Amino acid sequence: MPVYTMKETKPAPSTSKGVVFWLRENLFPDIKNSLLTLTGFYFLYLAIPPLLTWMIFDATWSGTQEEIVNEGARWIFIIEKFDQFIYGFYPESLHWRPNLVLLITVLFLGSFKFVGNIKVKIVAILTYPFICFVLISGGWFGLETVGTEKWGGLMLTLVVAAVGIIASFPIGIVLALGRQSDMPIVKTLCIGFIEFIRGVPLITILFMASVVLPLFFSDGIDFDKLLRALIGITLFQAAYIAEVVRGGLQAIPKGQYEAAKSLGLGYWQGMIFIILPQALKISIPNLVGSFISLFKDTTLVLIIGLFDILAMVTLTNSDTLWLGYEIEGYVFVTFIYWVICFSMSQYSKSIERKFNTEH
Amino acid sequence: MKLTKIALLFGLTALVPTFASADTLAQVLKKGTLNCGVSTGIPGFSATDSKGVWKGIDVDFCRAVASAVLGDASKIKYIPLTAKERFTALQSGEIDVLSRASTWTATRDTSLGLNFAGVNYYDGQGFLVNKSLGINSAKELDGATFCIQAGTTTELNLTDYFKANNMEYKSVTYDTSGQTIDGFKKGRCDAVTSDASQLYGLRLKMKDPSSVKVLPEIISKEPLGPVVRQGDDVWFNVVRWTLFALLEAEELGVSSMNVDKMLKSDNPSVKRLLGTSGKAGENLGLKSDWAYQIVKNVGNYGESFDKHVGKDSPLNIDRGLNNLWNKGGLMYSMPVR
Repeated sequence: MPVYTMKETKPAPSTSKGVVFWLRENLFPDIKNSLLTLTGFYFLYLAIPPLLTWMIFDATWSGTQEEIVNEGARWIFIIEKFDQFIYGFYPESLHWRPNLVLLITVLFLGSFKFVGNIKVKIVAILTYPFICFVLISGGWFGLETVGTEKWGGLMLTLVVAAVGIIASFPIGIVLALGRQSDMPIVKTLCIGFIEFIRGVPLITILFMASVVLPLFFSDGIDFDKLLRALIGITLFQAAYIAEVVRGGLQAIPKGQYEAAKSLGLGYWQGMIFIILPQALKISIPNLVGSFISLFKDTTLVLIIGLFDILAMVTLTNSDTLWLGYEIEGYVFVTFIYWVICFSMSQYSKSIERKFNTEH
Repeated sequence: MKLTKIALLFGLTALVPTFASADTLAQVLKKGTLNCGVSTGIPGFSATDSKGVWKGIDVDFCRAVASAVLGDASKIKYIPLTAKERFTALQSGEIDVLSRASTWTATRDTSLGLNFAGVNYYDGQGFLVNKSLGINSAKELDGATFCIQAGTTTELNLTDYFKANNMEYKSVTYDTSGQTIDGFKKGRCDAVTSDASQLYGLRLKMKDPSSVKVLPEIISKEPLGPVVRQGDDVWFNVVRWTLFALLEAEELGVSSMNVDKMLKSDNPSVKRLLGTSGKAGENLGLKSDWAYQIVKNVGNYGESFDKHVGKDSPLNIDRGLNNLWNKGGLMYSMPVR
């Protein structure tokens, strides 16, 4: 009777594992791909070393303008104008207020996933904008009022984007539901609004808000320019959110609607407990995509004389003592935009994972 | 019934944009702040320093008006405006005075419901060339290549000028002013043309500012000045005479350094300006020390010019046309009498 003994596993042949294998499989599988890889590396070689030299090795990080000897980036400009890039004209002694708002926001977003109690969540969502507004704008609880003409820089960018995102979301959902509605007037109004807003560029809406609207108010009504812009952006974004949510609603099988009805749930109950949770879940990637594009669109406020972080590049470069530092400014702003947009997409991925109930 | 009323109200307001008129001076005195429209960043005219404080000769003009009316140069709300929205902001009453390097033209003065209160900077289109060309006058620019921003009036002026002088030029066209100066930096062209006040700023953006120079010729008229709403003559007078007070002070040698001493001066012109005799202030609806406050807080026109665009600033623009009338320029104040 033969005796079987287990043989020791042999290591896989070097042609099917390890670095060499990975390189062969992914970079040099055949001649065509090898050529592409080499060309790609050549372009990287052309681009990366000079960029690094400019940005890091030859850069000037400290000292005054007179002491600049290197050819690289002059980051002292960013250091000198840092406060303006971040806070605009917000009084220096009050910088702690926007800082606190940022901290609250980070805690809010970070802890949101871990809080299970729905009531706590709703209270948090409702109080959060109020707290932030009071902190930044002041005028309550003995906080000094800071007029919106003093807001600027990254702070303004975030305020515009946050208001646009938070305020447009509920409006967008209502519009999407309205568009699906059986009531003809509601439906027509919603379709009309959505299609009108989607038919004009954001820049037109901003110009309307900044240039045309004020002419229709009587004397003495000082309707804040930032508020006008925020209303314009919110309405604009709401139309896009509505379409994204409608896509989600249409993807829900009809059986779900019928199931909700057969359980005896009314329209709102059925929507809130059965349809919307599913519809919103599958809309998350598109919603976040829409939010990211809104975040980048907020730079358009510069054409109506509001200084978001991008507009700050121009303004800081018109100081006669600091002329000609546009490139450093733009590179810095690019970096900030990238960090924020990348964080947003990562955050959305983590939400998607959390809500993923598929098996 | 109610619905028709509301519809009528909306219809009417939509048809007749309400131009804020009324008594701007009283309004400014009541709110205690001056809303001043400035640019979103023009070097030397209105821009912020590293602390976020607005500086420049246009900003100084806002400060002068605030000093004359409120006796305090810091009681100003600066409203930054882009070129497109500046006049609407004034029409709608969002700002009380526009001090934003705006060119005084017939169309603007007559068709927009505005009034230009005077000229605080005589600008004009000039040329910036490489020193290596060895050129001292624009007349020698025949055959030169220009970096030009497409679709601007500067391009038209350039064509006119070259036609009038029987010269020819080649052009490289760009979309934005940033790209234009970039093209010049990279040597794509021999010269750039733009408003002279801009050229001095552009010069400083060159790697070696001493390698280029601004030619003396000015080929267009760009008188820049403060603007107010039409139909409010009291306020118009205040703004216009604020400008005159700045000029008169320089002409009389009254500066922020010596204004306190000048209060005791025997010169009748100085006395009338500073309000120790005469009723200039009262007649304007202001306090008698209105001009004293201007000079004390802001300085005279020459001081402001030197500090922000002239010899004490990196721009180092020559006074030229902006000198006083008795020193070869065009700046002329009507007598305070």
